Amino acid sequence: MINILLFAHLQEAIGQSQLKVDLSDYTVGQLKEWMENQYPQLSLQNMMTAVNEEFATDDMIVKDGDTLAFIPPISGG
Amino acid sequence: MSTSFFEIVDKPIDVEEVRKKVVSRNAGAITIFIGTVREMTKGKRTLHLEYQAYPEMAIKMFEQISKEIQEKWPEAIVAITHRVGHLEITDIAVVIAVSSPHRKIAYMANEYAIDRIKQIVPIWKKEYWEDGTEWIGDQLENVPYPKNLPSEEGDRS
Repeated sequence: MINILLFAHLQEAIGQSQLKVDLSDYTVGQLKEWMENQYPQLSLQNMMTAVNEEFATDDMIVKDGDTLAFIPPISGG
Repeated sequence: MSTSFFEIVDKPIDVEEVRKKVVSRNAGAITIFIGTVREMTKGKRTLHLEYQAYPEMAIKMFEQISKEIQEKWPEAIVAITHRVGHLEITDIAVVIAVSSPHRKIAYMANEYAIDRIKQIVPIWKKEYWEDGTEWIGDQLENVPYPKNLPSEEGDRS
């Protein structure tokens, strides 16, 4: 299982802040495509991501038990 | 918890508490940056804000910023507290305290910290205006990030 976290407008777009999906050994890029197929209202191609709280690239493989977070452009401070 | 140098809180921030964390007998200066909620942005009135964070990662990124500061200015000590949840105009959103033996480094390291927060720390603000709401998505200031459009992050430095 992979834990997927959504924030800000992404969270509002699908009405959930967290998803658990059974898709081990997908790359981050493949997971973006999977999410867009499941939730056509999302556009994730250029979205920053983090795997286990570290920024990740689209070719990184997400393993069972990992947490993948989509990080929209930030606006803290 | 009060000994942690980096915190995400959902209650008002006590500036003095953040300052105390960087107190050092070796320090000759402490700079404190206080980020507050502004009412008017380019003629548009903000009613209030909501901040959301990815707390576990935000703390890691604060630690990363501290590490970068240590590499640049080994004697600087930094503490950062960011608030989340509902904030009113004039409320404090973030406090950064930096101590160092001399003032120049305390100023420089403090500015470095807020610049980096706006680049790498996963915190988002939602503006509530008289005519609607929007999650803001450009750390260069207040450019709305339209729903369902990819981000443009190429010009971050």
